[in-house]
Amino acid sequence: MIPVLPTPHLSSRTGAWRMLRPVLEAEKCNGCLVCWLFCPEGSIRRENGSVSIDLDYCKGCGICARECPRRALRMVEEASFMGEGGGKLA
Amino acid sequence: MRIEELREEEFVCGSFACAGCGAILAVRLALKVLGPETVVVTTPSCLLGVTTFYPQLAFKVPCVNVPFPATAAAVSGLVAGLRRKGRENVRVLGIAGDGGTVDIGLQALSGALERGDRFIFLCYDNEAYMNTGGQRSGSTPLGASTATTPVGRGAKGEDRPKKDMLRIVAAHNIPYAASASIGYPADYIRKLEKAVKAGGPAYIQVLTPCPPGWGYRSDLTVHLARLAVQAGQWALAEYEEGAWRVKEVSNPRPVREYWALQKRFAHLLQESGGEG
Ligand SMILES: Cc1ncc(C[n+]2csc(CCOP(=O)(O)OP(=O)(O)O)c2C)c(N)n1
Ligand code: SF4
Ligand code: SF4
Ligand code: SF4
Ligand SMILES: [Mg+2]
Repeated sequence: MIPVLPTPHLSSRTGAWRMLRPVLEAEKCNGCLVCWLFCPEGSIRRENGSVSIDLDYCKGCGICARECPRRALRMVEEASFMGEGGGKLA
Repeated sequence: MRIEELREEEFVCGSFACAGCGAILAVRLALKVLGPETVVVTTPSCLLGVTTFYPQLAFKVPCVNVPFPATAAAVSGLVAGLRRKGRENVRVLGIAGDGGTVDIGLQALSGALERGDRFIFLCYDNEAYMNTGGQRSGSTPLGASTATTPVGRGAKGEDRPKKDMLRIVAAHNIPYAASASIGYPADYIRKLEKAVKAGGPAYIQVLTPCPPGWGYRSDLTVHLARLAVQAGQWALAEYEEGAWRVKEVSNPRPVREYWALQKRFAHLLQESGGEG
């Protein structure tokens, strides 16, 4: 291994930018990983046969919801969550 | 490589790229294929601006930042240094935007291709100088409205066709050159794997839509990268051992469908009364 610098030095969580939040309807998901593949932020985790979303760096771009072939993801107004969940400024 | 076989680990995370940035997706996927034993060399561009905005450093692999025209020159230097140290297993990945590749970085790239060094050069093509406000580059397509090719009295957007960079690169007779699109990830990943295995310089130019620069909603990035190919506005081509291969479009779409989703082409539809 080449020595990897102690990065990422992440001082803020870009999830704080999010206006819309992706919400998974797990019963519709078949684990095809299309959302995982296309998320620019790498915010989707593979999880035995399904996926979960790590909101810390999710910017709410909506690509995952748009590309999901089973429409298992919905984009919901972030404001309706009253700031709960990931992505608050550390 | 199937999707499940791609690494779970992220090598670029927490960047300041706009929501839905195609460029950061292209780099994320490239590093998943190349893996941790990679050094990135990059140059002023959105990629550099959004990943190395101190103290927010988004790369997990070493990233060398060099002056605008110098990406491929620095790549050559790193390749030579690693060879000297017996570390030829480390992959050197030069990444530049279209401006940093087809205009400003062209001379250094030509030199590195000529030397036959073993490296991969990834040009992420968002078809303008986006980091400085969306000025046209040699890679801007005909008709596109940009900050320096506006639409207005007597001005109709970019008046020159897109530079055919892939053929310029291939004319150096390197082992591997290809164009790809983030809308066709399996094709893109296969090309990255070929680039890794090439015995000399490998070049990939990947189409990476840009929501603010092209003027569209952030969720359309992958859709537009796919539609560009289906509408004949981007070819998935490959140059290998002196032969060309171009992917045939099985489900062609009218070009106006591609234009209609982007502000940079809005004037073209108005002119043609929506008939495109
Ligand atoms: C020699 C030099 N000229 C100009 C600049 C200003 N500059 C910084 S980024 C940039 C745009 C780069 O465009 P491109 O390579 O297409 O990458 P993008 O920003 O589109 O990702 C420019 C012109 C610079 N940093 N150095
Ligand atoms: S794209 Fe849809 S169906 Fe596929 S893994 Fe993601 S949420 Fe599940
Ligand atoms: S909304 Fe965008 S950033 Fe968030 S998980 Fe979906 S694709 Fe990733
Ligand atoms: S301007 Fe375009 S290329 Fe630059 S970070 Fe934003 S989406 Fe990405
Ligand atoms: Mg550019």
